[in-house]
Amino acid sequence: MAKTLGPVKRKFSPWTDPASVPFIRFENITKRFGNFTAVDNLTLDIYEREFFSLLGPSGCGKTTLMRMLAGFEEPTEGRILLQGKDISGVPPYKRPTNMMFQSYALFPHMSVEKNIAFGLKQDNLAKGEIDTRVEEMLKLVKLEQFAKRKPAQLSGGQRQRVALARSLAKRPKVLLLDEPLGALDKKLREETQFELMDIQQTLGLTFLIVTHDQEEAMTVSDRIAVMDKGIIMQVATPAEIYEAPNSRYVADFIGDINILEGTVTQTDSALGAPGLVRIDSDGLSVAAEQECQAVKGDHVAYAVRPEKVRISQEQPADTSLNAAYGEVWDIGYLGDFSVFLVKMEDGRIVRAAQANVSRLVDRPITFGDMVWLTWSRDAGLVLTR
Amino acid sequence: MTKNRLDATVLTLGFAFLYIPIIILVVYSFNASRLVTVWGGFSLNWYVSMWSNQGLMDAAWVTARVGLLSATFGTILGTLAALTLVRYQKFPGKMLFSGMIYAPLVMPEVITGLSLLLLFVAIGVDRGFWTVIIAHTTFTMCYVAIVVQSRLLTFDRSLEEAALDLGCPPVKTFFQITLPLILPAVISGWMLAFTLSLDDLVIASFNTGPGATTLPIKIYSQVRLGVTPEINAICTILIALVTLGVIATSIGTKRAEVRRIRDEHMALRTGS
Amino acid sequence: MADTTADNPHANPARWLVVAVPYLWLLLFFVAPFLIIFKISLSDTAIAMPPYTPVFGGWAAISDFVSELDIENYLFLTEDPLYFQAYMSSLRIAAISTFLLLLIGYPMALAMARAPNSIRPILLMLVILPFWTSFLIRVYAWIGILKPDGLLTLALQTIGLMGPDEQVEIFRTDTAVFIGIVYSYLPFMVLPLYAALEKMDNTLLEAANDLGCPPWKAFWKITFPLSLPGVIAGSMICFIPITGEFVIPDLLGGADTLMIGKTLWTEFFSNRDWPLASAVAVVLLLMLVVPIAIFQNQQKKVA
Repeated sequence: MAKTLGPVKRKFSPWTDPASVPFIRFENITKRFGNFTAVDNLTLDIYEREFFSLLGPSGCGKTTLMRMLAGFEEPTEGRILLQGKDISGVPPYKRPTNMMFQSYALFPHMSVEKNIAFGLKQDNLAKGEIDTRVEEMLKLVKLEQFAKRKPAQLSGGQRQRVALARSLAKRPKVLLLDEPLGALDKKLREETQFELMDIQQTLGLTFLIVTHDQEEAMTVSDRIAVMDKGIIMQVATPAEIYEAPNSRYVADFIGDINILEGTVTQTDSALGAPGLVRIDSDGLSVAAEQECQAVKGDHVAYAVRPEKVRISQEQPADTSLNAAYGEVWDIGYLGDFSVFLVKMEDGRIVRAAQANVSRLVDRPITFGDMVWLTWSRDAGLVLTR
Repeated sequence: MTKNRLDATVLTLGFAFLYIPIIILVVYSFNASRLVTVWGGFSLNWYVSMWSNQGLMDAAWVTARVGLLSATFGTILGTLAALTLVRYQKFPGKMLFSGMIYAPLVMPEVITGLSLLLLFVAIGVDRGFWTVIIAHTTFTMCYVAIVVQSRLLTFDRSLEEAALDLGCPPVKTFFQITLPLILPAVISGWMLAFTLSLDDLVIASFNTGPGATTLPIKIYSQVRLGVTPEINAICTILIALVTLGVIATSIGTKRAEVRRIRDEHMALRTGS
Repeated sequence: MADTTADNPHANPARWLVVAVPYLWLLLFFVAPFLIIFKISLSDTAIAMPPYTPVFGGWAAISDFVSELDIENYLFLTEDPLYFQAYMSSLRIAAISTFLLLLIGYPMALAMARAPNSIRPILLMLVILPFWTSFLIRVYAWIGILKPDGLLTLALQTIGLMGPDEQVEIFRTDTAVFIGIVYSYLPFMVLPLYAALEKMDNTLLEAANDLGCPPWKAFWKITFPLSLPGVIAGSMICFIPITGEFVIPDLLGGADTLMIGKTLWTEFFSNRDWPLASAVAVVLLLMLVVPIAIFQNQQKKVA
């Protein structure tokens, strides 16, 4: 039975097709500021019409990478290709990219429509054409009645939409968005995420977004590049990043996860082939069914996400399941979920999350209860990095 | 609250010290008597005689022209200097440059005045109207640079980047985005430069020549001969002009503040 | 890292005009004059106009020129005790005035910083306003007050502190000079102090009080040390120009009030001895190099 990782958002995956040509190509890019290396020999392909996210903590080099594409920084080494053409040395005002700034950077002395028209005026378009385009943009972001206002007279959400309209007005080949929703409150942010996706698909543009918010990246992106210290840790779809992280760093950075350090005790297939891997983690034996990337005796990490761990007061009958026994140490009630922190005999803590599917519970699990944690062999993952 | 009362006392005494001499000067400009200590009744005599004092009026006219021109040159150069200080991280001689900006602010005027004069003599320039303007431009530009610099330090660079990103070349970006936004600082720099030029005695004395006697030089030479109520009158007019200017500016700022608050309310009302 | 466009090699070459124009202007009209003043201070007094032997005489004259340089003007400065006394007196007057300014300015700045937010802008404007009115006028205003038959005498006689035949003997003394200096420079002292005190976090003092430190002690342990940058900036902004002050000692001081700015003025305008005036200026400048360096350092930290 062929299984996929998580839900499929849309049928769009040029990166799986070896014949497709990348739209943007970062080729062995290094950027140094004095002694500090912000981006370290990085190579990355982004495809046309893709919604691509650069995700990472602050200082990981994601913004620098984006600013190099916009032309505000020049790479120290390497080159950037846009539609196969090297764009190094092209100043920002001659690049077919437009950027939406984190601070929005709306010109405070110009009205909303003047802000949106600014880029079009630079191209010396006819006045009539500019007016039509501005109107179109105002309609797109639903700000028609605010055309004459100054940015100071708008709320945060409206400013964000003006910034978006301004950067879209020139119909750039690539739209760069630097933490576009960072300044909005949670509710507005969620709404706007879907608006962004809509606009991207309607206009058929390539979007490159920089964010430190993993939820935002997961929601909007076709693919995510997780960055750390100037290098890319993993490039994959949101579901792959979440369900099949390639390293401890990515697993830990995205979502919540239990990581157990251990040693491989048994593999039943050749390296790289699917099969069963057994790991001993300080006396706790766990099994994983996956493509094996390690051999017996290797030190690895075993990772399993809390929502895939079941908690029960009865010992499981199915011996093929992974199981751990311990005492309920703490409970976090989050409304939709409850997180149980279970302390095993050796003192290590394993987290299990359970959806609160009904309002009333017969026999609630509480502090001090002895419980069994179980999870299937395909729930967890062996990480070698 | 004793602390508040102490503070109030300190401020009252301090401001009394600062303002009483000026108030006395203004009041006595309307004194009918020539004697300082005798109040001879209200009179506009001294304003009339000031008006008919050709030397004084000529000096005032020279001063106004020197002030307008040197403040304008000083503002242009000072704004460029501020841009250099803030925007150019490293270039050869940056240390020397910032030294040349800060030093004139505290340099005793006799040194600045004398050294500039010697330069003019050495390169064979006749002293007069234009040498005073050059001298005033040189020291006022440093004040302008400081004023504009402090505005540029808080300037959001992403505004300029946004303009570049939207296809606007750098020089055009400066005139369309940067300059309009720093204009209030540039204007107050200009006003500062203008008053400094209006006020200067020492540097102008060294660098002036025939036919370019400025008002402070004129006032100084008359003051040396003794207090004349005519000087009180012209001083009062200068004080009134400056006070009006300052009040007008502060009303302007107040207006801008009111507008800002109104804008914020508008933004809140319309919601997201 | 913030300044990126400046590092951008593809930036407009016209950008360098922005640097070049003010740079060249200051080199020509601020630095070059210092080199000239230094040269002239080493040349002989001549009767001709300009009253010194020219220093620019083509390349051929350079060797002559070098051999003609002499330090006679500087020797003269050391020979005549008047100059030494004038320098010392200037430094003394500047130091005492700066101290007086701190003594008066600090409580004012502190009171302003502690005033309610609503009236602070007004107080600030009240401090700045005299600065916008002419320096010369403000000094001149004091003449009418301090003269023996001036308003101070009149006021003291009126309230009976002084007999009808007595007069205030302040005008044309050092006291008058101190009054004039403190009066003229007070805004320059108050503004940097206020800037330093105003941005101080009030909760620091609350924290100190909360931890058992009484208010007066909290002032010396918290407020004053944190306001030191303002104290240094204000002191330098006052001390340096006061040392070379001319207008105030000339209008308010007496014949025995020695200040080097006045000496320089006299050498230049009355005695027409330009080389000696230059030597006086060079020595004054050398004396002020250290305070100016302190001031610049302070300004750079603020910027």
